[in-house]
Amino acid sequence: MIAGILLLISFLNPIFQRYYPKIFTGNYFWDPILGALAGSVAFGIPVTSYIAGGELLQKGVSLLAVTAFILAWATVGLAMLPIEIKFLGRRFAILRNGLNFINSIVIAILVTIILNFL
Amino acid sequence: MKVKKIPNQWKFLIVVAAIYLTAFWLSEDFFWLAMGDFWKTLEKVLPIIGLVFFIMFFLNLFLNPEIIKKHLGKDSGWKGWIYAVIGSIAISGPPYVLMPMISDLRKHGMKTELAAVFLSNRSVQPVFLPVMAHYFGLTYAILVSFLIIIFSVWNGWVVGKYCE
Repeated sequence: MIAGILLLISFLNPIFQRYYPKIFTGNYFWDPILGALAGSVAFGIPVTSYIAGGELLQKGVSLLAVTAFILAWATVGLAMLPIEIKFLGRRFAILRNGLNFINSIVIAILVTIILNFL
Repeated sequence: MKVKKIPNQWKFLIVVAAIYLTAFWLSEDFFWLAMGDFWKTLEKVLPIIGLVFFIMFFLNLFLNPEIIKKHLGKDSGWKGWIYAVIGSIAISGPPYVLMPMISDLRKHGMKTELAAVFLSNRSVQPVFLPVMAHYFGLTYAILVSFLIIIFSVWNGWVVGKYCE
């Protein structure tokens, strides 16, 4: 199962990474949602998301989008859903992932607002 | 004659292998790019898998159901939440490695909400903090980590309420 998941992630990542700069345009409403969506699809070790997010930030992508992206990357996982359902149950997996998706967006907005005040 | 059912994990692996074979047929370059990424990830993940299995071994060796129930079980109280947050920060690893471990802990009496806390704090890892600070600044790294912990508790509370 682990090998299958790793193979799937390695297959999906190059496809989606190519489109990240086109997806994030800097819109304050859509960026955190799109960031969280992209992060949910691309699942992996958190440090990879920091590097990818940092690079996107340097390319001009908004902090809102990048924050939601790195948070969803680590805590929401569509590719991991079958394994989470298997080990922890369907209701647990769907609810936890759904809440973390929303949390990614809320935290991204809060971080941007707080940093603007600091 | 009774036909043996193929386990779901094998079905999943067969589907992924079919995707890779199709990719090889469509674009050999993309196939090797994905395979290269797979090997790199595997190299990074193997030591973590080893560490987590090592931790699981010791968990099973020293932690009996009574200890789990006391610290992370139904009667663990507010201290259980603190143990869960600290544990999730201290034990880092990919979810496909952490999930069997958490499932094992739940079988020993771990509360559902604390299992959710464990999986929601994956971004807060002291080992990775310098990388985050390098790209986003130290203030950002501390602020994000703090908010993740707060929201993981909220997440755990809601999951526990609806899944217990």
